[in-house]
Amino acid sequence: MTPVLIEAHDLHLQFDQRTVLNNVSLAIRAAEIVTVIGPNGAGKTSLVKIILGLQKATSGTLARAKGLRIGYMPQKLHIDRSLPLSVHRFMQLALRDDQAIAGCLALTGISHLERAPVHALSGGETQRLLLARALLRSPNLLVLDEPVQGVDVAGQSRLYQLIADIRQQQQCAVLMVSHDLHLVMEATDTVICLNQHVCCHGHPETVSEHPAFLELFGHVAPTGIAVYTHHHDHSHNIHGEISARQSSAGACKEHSHA
Amino acid sequence: MPDFLYFALAAGCGVALCAGPLGCFAVWRRMAYFGDTLAHSALTGVAFGLILSVNINVAVTLLCLLLALLLVVLQNNRNIATDTLLGILSHSMLALGLVVVSVFGDGRVDLYAYLFGDLLAATSADLLAIYLTAAIILPILLWLWRPLLAITVDEDLARVEGVPVTLVRTSLMLLMALVIAVAMKVVGVLLITALLILPAATSRRLVTTPEQMAICASGLGMLAIVGGLAASWWLDTPAGPSAVLSASTFFALSLARRPAI
Repeated sequence: MTPVLIEAHDLHLQFDQRTVLNNVSLAIRAAEIVTVIGPNGAGKTSLVKIILGLQKATSGTLARAKGLRIGYMPQKLHIDRSLPLSVHRFMQLALRDDQAIAGCLALTGISHLERAPVHALSGGETQRLLLARALLRSPNLLVLDEPVQGVDVAGQSRLYQLIADIRQQQQCAVLMVSHDLHLVMEATDTVICLNQHVCCHGHPETVSEHPAFLELFGHVAPTGIAVYTHHHDHSHNIHGEISARQSSAGACKEHSHA
Repeated sequence: MPDFLYFALAAGCGVALCAGPLGCFAVWRRMAYFGDTLAHSALTGVAFGLILSVNINVAVTLLCLLLALLLVVLQNNRNIATDTLLGILSHSMLALGLVVVSVFGDGRVDLYAYLFGDLLAATSADLLAIYLTAAIILPILLWLWRPLLAITVDEDLARVEGVPVTLVRTSLMLLMALVIAVAMKVVGVLLITALLILPAATSRRLVTTPEQMAICASGLGMLAIVGGLAASWWLDTPAGPSAVLSASTFFALSLARRPAI
């Protein structure tokens, strides 16, 4: 049995009268890729912040494994243009080890930018820089909040591939937030579909067929762009094969989103 | 050159030395309004000093430190928009200071000197206060430099990496309060922010690293003081505002240059 790095139980988060998270439980095991997926306002970032210790849950328990080192990649980076900062200096803020810095920049494919100012980076390069910094302190858990934000579609799949490769190479667990499933599908072991509570969870193919998931996202077409708007008496699974609508999916509770 | 000019020069340079790096943080973290609020409140400190008959420098310093702490607490409370809060506090404190000083001052107080600075009247006691403050500010800045930069880049990232963010941020606010309290002597409460912001903004265009920017800002601040005193000596202009004007001139000149990074 692989060791559990993070175990959250019945997390509940409330701001004033607004419930952000309700009864959320999850576990992250060593070297496992877990993707949290959900619509805007589902509480994905709040959940990540609780796991990181940046936000306190209103109730519930969170256990972290001893010696857990987290590498965090925030949703975006805003550095005021008035701060002259090179990529190298940006990395040094996390760890002063030039050899490790060079290694992480090489791993994420931006070695050539080491002396460039951070303001000059494109969206994709910035994401790779954030990923490199998250890797710098050799974490055993990587937490990535919307890692492909601001990256074009071709770049997105390359970035997900990179994340999968890194997991393979470094044997670290990955907790990732995303709002589209089909791109992360191949790179993830477990999907948690979140809409304030955990709607369903399990293997990506199972989740993509689950009624709760379909209700939130509609059908995930293989291209990822088409939206399923008309009704058929059957549906397609992610490989495009016809499958029955009522396919039972994993250990999911029936519920509605009234 | 008469003695009082040496005193003025030493006092001004001491303040500019500290204002350089702190001004950089004010620019990077967009804290100009925060500086304004503290500076304006310094006048209320003067008023309280008069009422309670305590040393005015001590009263101003204590009030600035207290207000900085209060602002840290209020900023953690996300229900109030920070700029609105600062806008309200800043001008209310300035008005309160003006009213109290004119009621309790009995004409003993040269309001003009507090508002626009009284660099040429710097005494050895002022010098001692300024360099004592510098001896507190600079080592702490050096010691906290890396965490300060880290929280300036991204507070969440810094916190995950183990930086005690709240503590570091509070320290920065307190250091800012200290430099503002002593800078009041040099440029007065209305112009302190200029001494913080102008040299930092000017040096931005000349440098490629945060450290260079901080050192360059200190240097430019001292040059501005020299310029202000020179103008005051030969053209008989008020020293504090003249120093601010020379800093503005440097900034205008720096616009001709494209930033290197």
